[in-house]
Amino acid sequence: MDVVELSRFQFASTSIFHFFFVSLTVGLAFLIAVMETIAYVRSDRREVYGKMTNFFGHLFLINFAVGVVTGIVQEFQFGMNWSEYSDFVGNIFGVPLALEVLMAFFLESTFIGLWWFGKDRLRPWMRLASIWLVAVGTQISAFWIVLANAWMHHPVGYEVVDGQARLTDFAAVVFNYKAWLYFAHVQGSAWVVAAFFVLGISAYHLLRRQDTDVYSRSLHIGLVFAAIGTVFSVVSGHTEAQVAREDQPMKFAAMEAQWDTSESPAPWSLFAVIDQEKRENPFSIELPYVGSILAYNSLEGRYEGINQIEEQFDAEYGEGDYTPPVAWVYWSFRIMVAIGSLLLATAFLGLFLWWRRRRGLESTRWYLKALVLFIPLPWIANFTGWIVTEMGRQPFMVYGELTVTEGVSPNSAGEVLAGLIGLWAVYLALIGLDVYLLTVTARAGIHRRPEAQLVAAPAPDYEGTGFQEYEKRN
Amino acid sequence: MDLVTLWFWLIALTFTLYFFLEGFDFGVDLLRPMLARTEPEERALTGTIGPFWDGNEVWVIAAAGLMFSTFPVWYGAVFSGMYPLFVLILLALLLRGVSFEYRNQVDSARWRAFWDWMSFGGSLVPSFLWGVIMAKLIEGLPVDGDGRVEGGFAAMFSPFSLVGGATTLLLFMLHGANFLLLRLHTDTVLYDRARRAALRWGALATVAIVAFVVMGYVTEDLFEDFGVVPWAFPVAAFLTLASIWLALSRRRDTLAFTMSGLTVLFATVTVFIALFTRGEVLPSTLDPDFGLTLRETASQHYTLVLMTWVGAIFLPLIIGYQIWNYYVFRERVRPDEGALNHGY
Repeated sequence: MDVVELSRFQFASTSIFHFFFVSLTVGLAFLIAVMETIAYVRSDRREVYGKMTNFFGHLFLINFAVGVVTGIVQEFQFGMNWSEYSDFVGNIFGVPLALEVLMAFFLESTFIGLWWFGKDRLRPWMRLASIWLVAVGTQISAFWIVLANAWMHHPVGYEVVDGQARLTDFAAVVFNYKAWLYFAHVQGSAWVVAAFFVLGISAYHLLRRQDTDVYSRSLHIGLVFAAIGTVFSVVSGHTEAQVAREDQPMKFAAMEAQWDTSESPAPWSLFAVIDQEKRENPFSIELPYVGSILAYNSLEGRYEGINQIEEQFDAEYGEGDYTPPVAWVYWSFRIMVAIGSLLLATAFLGLFLWWRRRRGLESTRWYLKALVLFIPLPWIANFTGWIVTEMGRQPFMVYGELTVTEGVSPNSAGEVLAGLIGLWAVYLALIGLDVYLLTVTARAGIHRRPEAQLVAAPAPDYEGTGFQEYEKRN
Repeated sequence: MDLVTLWFWLIALTFTLYFFLEGFDFGVDLLRPMLARTEPEERALTGTIGPFWDGNEVWVIAAAGLMFSTFPVWYGAVFSGMYPLFVLILLALLLRGVSFEYRNQVDSARWRAFWDWMSFGGSLVPSFLWGVIMAKLIEGLPVDGDGRVEGGFAAMFSPFSLVGGATTLLLFMLHGANFLLLRLHTDTVLYDRARRAALRWGALATVAIVAFVVMGYVTEDLFEDFGVVPWAFPVAAFLTLASIWLALSRRRDTLAFTMSGLTVLFATVTVFIALFTRGEVLPSTLDPDFGLTLRETASQHYTLVLMTWVGAIFLPLIIGYQIWNYYVFRERVRPDEGALNHGY
């Protein structure tokens, strides 16, 4: 592999590992803030909600640190591996990145400490404000980084002078419609990750009839978030696919593995064997009309095929290979859509069970078992979603302006490979540890006897709510 | 002062704050194996930096982010040019960051010992390498005519950069020991051990910083273009360093910590003055004409204006709430009780 391939692989692995932790952090921060708010407002139920916040807060903290440290790699690698890219876009791309740090990272990392360690020092309303600042910080952070990413897909508000992109209109960058669409999608899916995390763990303990007073309530909170999150992801995802047809037609065609322009009404391929070398699908199962519905919300309409777009790109950007890895994009898209639909149905089924009769939800054991099994699904949907969006824009780094090959640093391949090996070793260890500790802690649940804790410390005093600790001390 | 100059000094400020803040939490981690003999002592030492280290670390992300937005070419050249060093720093910071969180998650002595080593090593590597990087900035990198840097691991280490690494390492240890004097309860054994450590490592840090300044003067022409006023900074760094010994012997802990903080500040500023007075933020070792200058690496005016607004709004706010954070956790830590009941 040459330095470009290695750097691409390095960037992709860092982003995917980073996002593994961060998607949970972004969603869970919000859920915990809501739990703590209920604990604050409903003083009659303070103990139950206090336990809930401490328990999920503990899980949050295990995951949070890894999100922070992998984020440093995420930021440094623009300079380390993509210095030519940094030269080209620095005028524009650096601004949202700097805004992310100044508006969000400091907020999160300072107030998470205040929230967790300050239980006996801060007034209850200050603690509540701290967790809300953390929650808001994670969303701001997601917004700016997604905005930066969206600019690479749909560059706006700039002109190219002497081989550098120069910012002409920052408002256009901030109000880039694609940024808001991506943000809605990323945000929705982060809520889905966190909601199904809370749902699965709550279901696990409800199945064992442990602390049902706490876990049936967290199940309800999780369901509300799951419903909002899935609807948000599905609606924004559908819109995203449609705008991709307009401004990234190659990505859309690859999502559908459509080599030649479709007929109207366009069918939708459910299963295809893809041969990228011959540029054809030897086998495909197609559903009539669905392609047009997906692309236009209409029963008619055609869209362009990869071969036709390739010709246009050759004319526009010069001869070259502009076809992304079609099978990857095609299959990732299908996995993501399938999981998304399944999760949407699950969330609404849960709401239905909850509404049908009291205790109906908590006693439907097959549903609870499914929730435990579904914990990893949102992550898989996330990964495949990122594969669609990032592989689908190959070979461009900044769409229509800069290819990946042009953006790479003048490093030696050996140097990058050595770094890659080191990073992978640490990433694998971290992800293993994170999953292990989350599992152990989640299964241990809210324990009463300290000696039963496998988990020693920052294991919170699950019985205390924080509010009482402040009163005890002051 | 135009915006390019302003942003150069704001980046210098961010790096200075980073070294000042994370300097002492690195130092505490580095001293812990020497100071702590029992588990409660280990935890007390970690507890002194528990609520702070994360917020401190963000300053380096801020420094890199601000460099990216205001001096993209400089950022790209430095980070790709010293690729192996940044990989090592990243690996160290990854392991160190999780060690705080994971250390006490499993109740086993071997597990804890493992993470204690991770946080020690995770502090040792960056403490040393940041000094190497600062020295390399003065010394220059092999920048070619197109502003591209030919990296390479061996090129990172020269006598001057090794002394630079030793200087930051020892200085951070001294700074960490002084921080412990503020954070530990004064009637504990740990406090006394921290005091002795400050005296011992302070002496070595003084030797290292003198060596760095002398080498910079002799081999790197570090102070060639310094005027009278800039000369005040290395001299002040030395004076503040010397005064720490006095402060320690008179048991003026706050003064000692202030002085080691000022030493970090003056030393970092000295490096940036050297870059500024030469007009080259990254000199080239291949040909003096290939060096990157401040102006040609800077962002366009519009971006700088935007960033100035952003900085003017958020930097004071961040400094404000971080100070409040330190105020909330001002209580001194003791190994037998307190400060560790929920966390780490």
